[in-house]
Amino acid sequence: MASLSVCQPQCGGFSFENSKRNALLEAEFTKLGHSLPAARKTGTTICGVVFKDGVVLGADTRATEGMIVADKNCSKIHYISPNIYCCGAGTAADTEMTTQIISSNLELHALSTGRPSRVATANRMLKQMLFRYQGYIGAALVLGGVDSAGPHLYSIYPHGSTDKLPYVTMGSGSLAAMAVFEDRYKQDMEEGEAKQLVRDAIAAGIFNDLGSGSNIDLCVITKNNIDYIRPHDKANKKGVRSGSYKYKRGTTGVLTKNIIPLDLELVEEVVQTMDTS
Amino acid sequence: MAAAMAGEGATRLSYNHNLTPEWTRQEVSTGTTIMAVEFDGGVVMGADSRTTTGAYIANRVTDKLTQIHDQIFCCRSGSAADTQAIADAVTYQLGFHSIELDEAPLVQTAANLFKEMCYKYREELMAGIIVAGWDKRRGGQVYTVPMGGMMVRQPFSIGGSGSSYIYGFVDSSYKRGMSKEECLQFTANALSLAMERDGSSGGVVRLAAISESGVERRVILGNQLPKFASC
Repeated sequence: MASLSVCQPQCGGFSFENSKRNALLEAEFTKLGHSLPAARKTGTTICGVVFKDGVVLGADTRATEGMIVADKNCSKIHYISPNIYCCGAGTAADTEMTTQIISSNLELHALSTGRPSRVATANRMLKQMLFRYQGYIGAALVLGGVDSAGPHLYSIYPHGSTDKLPYVTMGSGSLAAMAVFEDRYKQDMEEGEAKQLVRDAIAAGIFNDLGSGSNIDLCVITKNNIDYIRPHDKANKKGVRSGSYKYKRGTTGVLTKNIIPLDLELVEEVVQTMDTS
Repeated sequence: MAAAMAGEGATRLSYNHNLTPEWTRQEVSTGTTIMAVEFDGGVVMGADSRTTTGAYIANRVTDKLTQIHDQIFCCRSGSAADTQAIADAVTYQLGFHSIELDEAPLVQTAANLFKEMCYKYREELMAGIIVAGWDKRRGGQVYTVPMGGMMVRQPFSIGGSGSSYIYGFVDSSYKRGMSKEECLQFTANALSLAMERDGSSGGVVRLAAISESGVERRVILGNQLPKFASC
């Protein structure tokens, strides 16, 4: 008659109990000689650069699942707001969903303030969300855009730290891309120069990192214009096969032919109309 | 349920070769050497500019001297994400408090706010912070809030991974009653020595001098760093 009440005080914040359980399960699994399926990661090279009139964001287009290429042409430059775009590296689902959530919240915020969104606002929202999840959301982002205060570029790490810099690279190919930037970056570049620099940085990632490949996507953001160039450069076009390997009819000689007709009797006929309303 | 999934005939899928290198999965840390010194009329604060993820330098021009209020700054060391989040939270709290008070906040108040947060969440956080600034009541003050959440006022304070290498230097070099310029030189020397020896510290030296008249910021680039006999 006395109701059993499980006394658990309502604690604020998240419970990471499942993470401990998952770690235990994974350990047991590995002991049996199998490994848990890996989340699809975008191996990735992503980068961004600030030039005279705005920012240029670049990304490769390979998504990997372990050692297999899961998607040869995935889109890693995500829309945040009309003047702000975000490249994502890390776990594909995490980058996709995180950018969508912040894009949605930012649109509501812009309607509330009555002003176009600022890049710093998007940065705050992203870093506060990622910090709340203590790094369990594996999203490493390059956020860039142009707002009333000029062009801005941020790099955002999965644990929630951010850096505001004139040029940034992220992902497994970031070292290759950074090498290109450190060599050729200059302040106040022209748009053409900046696009070429980003293209070369991503190409460095594509050709020197196994986790990055396929095409190069660019996004040029200036005060009044967005150029979403997908693909900007098909660095890895599939080759044309030079020979035909089909066997001609008659290659294998036919010795005997035996045709056996199957007598099938119609037992029951059921007609199910499709609901096309 | 987990055992049922791992059937005997299951092919062994090995995801041991991970395409993403180790450092992409490391947390970003401000390896760091940070320092603050009191002088009559204000404080001098200094920091290196290196942020690392494992062995890769994620940002070689970091600004670890973060403004909390008009004349109160903090030096951040430890996890970049943790210290940025704490600094943002304290900046908000202090700003609100200052508006309520209708007065510039005390450095001790800022230090207390840091201490409250760092002590309450001491198990979850990795943050070593030095709070310094100028206020009307007590002039220039330096408070250190190391990992664990203690808070204590000191005439000068060093922190971060590189600080271990310069305890001897600062203890022998420090004199009471130094002027602002002497403090700046003292800080620059100490940081250069630490950056020379500590792999997690490097880049440029960022300095800030806070006094009644305001904040003066300086940067000492690599080639202009004070040199010492050993090299």
